[in-house]
Amino acid sequence: MWLNPSNPQLDKKGRLHHLLTLEGLPAEILWQILDTAKSFLGAKVKKVPLLRGKSVFNLFFEPSTRTRTTFEIAAKRLSADVINLNIIVSSQSKGESLLDTVDNLSAMHADMFIVRHGESGAPHFIARHVAPDIHVINAGDGRHSHPTQGLLDMYTIRHYKKDFTNLRVAIVGDILHSRVARSAIHALSTLGCPEIRVIAPKTLLPAHVEQMGVHVHHDMRQGLKDVDVVMMLRLQSERMQGALLPSAQEFYKYYGLTEDKLAAAKPDAIVLHPGPMNRGVEIDSSVADGKQSVILPQVTFGIAIRMAVMSIMAGNK
Amino acid sequence: MKIHIKGGRLIDPKSGVDAKKDVYVAAGRIVAIGDAPAGFSANRVIDAAGLVVCPGLVDLAARLREPGYEYMATLESEMEAAIAGGVTSLACPPDTDPPLDEPGLVEMLKFRAKNLNQARVYPVGALTQGLKGERLTEMAELVDAGCVAFSQADAPFADNQILYHALQYAATFGFPVWLRAQDPALARNGVAHDGPVATRFGLTGIPVCAETVALSTILILVRETGARVHLARLSSAEGVEMVRQAKRQGLPVTCDVAIHHAHLTEMDIGYFEANSRLDPPLRSQRDRAALRAALADGTADALCSDHTPVDADAKHLPFAEAEPGATGLELLLPLTLKWAEEAKIKLAPALARITSEAARVLNIDAGHLTAGHTADICIFDPEHLWKVEPSALKSQGRNTPYIGLELKGKVRYTLVDGQVAYEF
Repeated sequence: MWLNPSNPQLDKKGRLHHLLTLEGLPAEILWQILDTAKSFLGAKVKKVPLLRGKSVFNLFFEPSTRTRTTFEIAAKRLSADVINLNIIVSSQSKGESLLDTVDNLSAMHADMFIVRHGESGAPHFIARHVAPDIHVINAGDGRHSHPTQGLLDMYTIRHYKKDFTNLRVAIVGDILHSRVARSAIHALSTLGCPEIRVIAPKTLLPAHVEQMGVHVHHDMRQGLKDVDVVMMLRLQSERMQGALLPSAQEFYKYYGLTEDKLAAAKPDAIVLHPGPMNRGVEIDSSVADGKQSVILPQVTFGIAIRMAVMSIMAGNK
Repeated sequence: MKIHIKGGRLIDPKSGVDAKKDVYVAAGRIVAIGDAPAGFSANRVIDAAGLVVCPGLVDLAARLREPGYEYMATLESEMEAAIAGGVTSLACPPDTDPPLDEPGLVEMLKFRAKNLNQARVYPVGALTQGLKGERLTEMAELVDAGCVAFSQADAPFADNQILYHALQYAATFGFPVWLRAQDPALARNGVAHDGPVATRFGLTGIPVCAETVALSTILILVRETGARVHLARLSSAEGVEMVRQAKRQGLPVTCDVAIHHAHLTEMDIGYFEANSRLDPPLRSQRDRAALRAALADGTADALCSDHTPVDADAKHLPFAEAEPGATGLELLLPLTLKWAEEAKIKLAPALARITSEAARVLNIDAGHLTAGHTADICIFDPEHLWKVEPSALKSQGRNTPYIGLELKGKVRYTLVDGQVAYEF
């Protein structure tokens, strides 16, 4: 019935114009981003002039330190001018509509918007309304998507495991509210990962999650058995206020990643976490700081990934 | 004014007539069907060759937005939309600002509507004061003022005791109660069907059990109180099945389905399309198939437009923040025809859902073509293809998931009280 519009992320030539979600992006574009990031990491010169003269606006409607900072560093290493806007404390509290905010910033000759928003789909909405030469990068929207996080997770997995086509990956924790989990599931499927598992209590799984192509586990040891990659998710403390979980202690007991539970995975399994971590809630310190943890390299790779995304988009004229 | 409607295909769902017959109208009434009465000389002859002549449509849910929401729509704009859509009788829900909870408000609305000389407006009064779900309204007084039924619109009851008492009181006088079956707690913060699309898009879901839990409470209380209850806008396969069983058991219930839910599913959210943000949410293909089956077998008594004009600013927002609702009055007929064509249902029984059967739910004498009866007539071209565009709509609400789509079926004339109120 619906007149299905074409993929809003791609331009007429099928190249990346906006990065809103990893769902539906062709594998070639994902590989292109991963390869480009690798070339940035290998380069001797830190700063390159690929975005010289361009204005990158960090549009954060939700607080974030880490993601905003890594985007800022990435843009500066590409020689762009970066403007940080903390919208929560400015126009939105004055009652300005989202569209008015975006229109005003467009009028300041922005080239790229990095958007974080509490509502799923807000970057799609912005992308639909900006001038055609402006690029929008989703830096996390509601529970929907966090594509650059998904890409840096893929980079990390590729870095340590080389090939996706023989991997078992488990994603553990609050799948229901997690844009990181959704992005990872889409990217892993596209890149050929044959077995993706999600491990969580039923209250933290969205309806029909198996239709995303994942195997559902409620028991941590069973779910982690023989996996190559363990992706932990952050558990927001407000989840404890409703009836989703009784307490952080009980969650930790059944779903917190400890050395003991990690032993069910393959001996060379790697452990990822998008940060910031709640030690003693979803992950034990001994694992977070242990030899299987690749949590800090993730951060380094994150900058390269964001440089790759921005430079590829800027090059697609 | 004497009008001769000549050469059209007359469809009267109530009597089952579907044949080429002329209609003669004089002094506001249908004076004859078929042969002209002796000495009839028309002031106007409407050439209805190739057109369908049917009763004026009856819509069970059209928000006119007055009083209180004139920035979204006005009585003038929406009444014009109604007759442009062939609708000559419509029920409007009480969720105005203030809600229709006092006789004065109802009288004013009826008076304003009557002066426009367009569709007949049947206000559905508020069941509780201010729709707060706490204290009953003066139902008998409201009926005297013109209310045909009572409803809580989409607002919750404080608790089930209030609902229980409201049904008992309404049953005392035989007043019908119209209810939306949705448990407010189970639907809390929800913006889309709790299915694979909401999961992929990270949208908070409204599970089917929000409908069925509320429905089971309502059905038990109907059994208990004997109240006549109309269930508005069912959305799920399980929901219509419960109503089917209840009807089989002889409970005094009726129900309707909104025209959007007979055609669209969760997939039509597209890429976070705010025009597809509706209440109840668009559900799965399986649900849509069950709603269509319920419309075909009569479990669902009527199709309604669920006309909800929303101003552009309230839709120009990310999906979850956008206000739910879509314009519908002008799409009721073409979308009913589309359903009939796709479900291979004959025109007469399909049109019954928006004429005679809807009138039966409303308990009004309308929705049929009978000699001697008021001449509320819709004449439409079933083959006329038109594109749904904002500029093609009279309603002030320009938001519909069907924007850009071509639909078949265009109203050519609408007669109210024997007068041509609209022609295209």
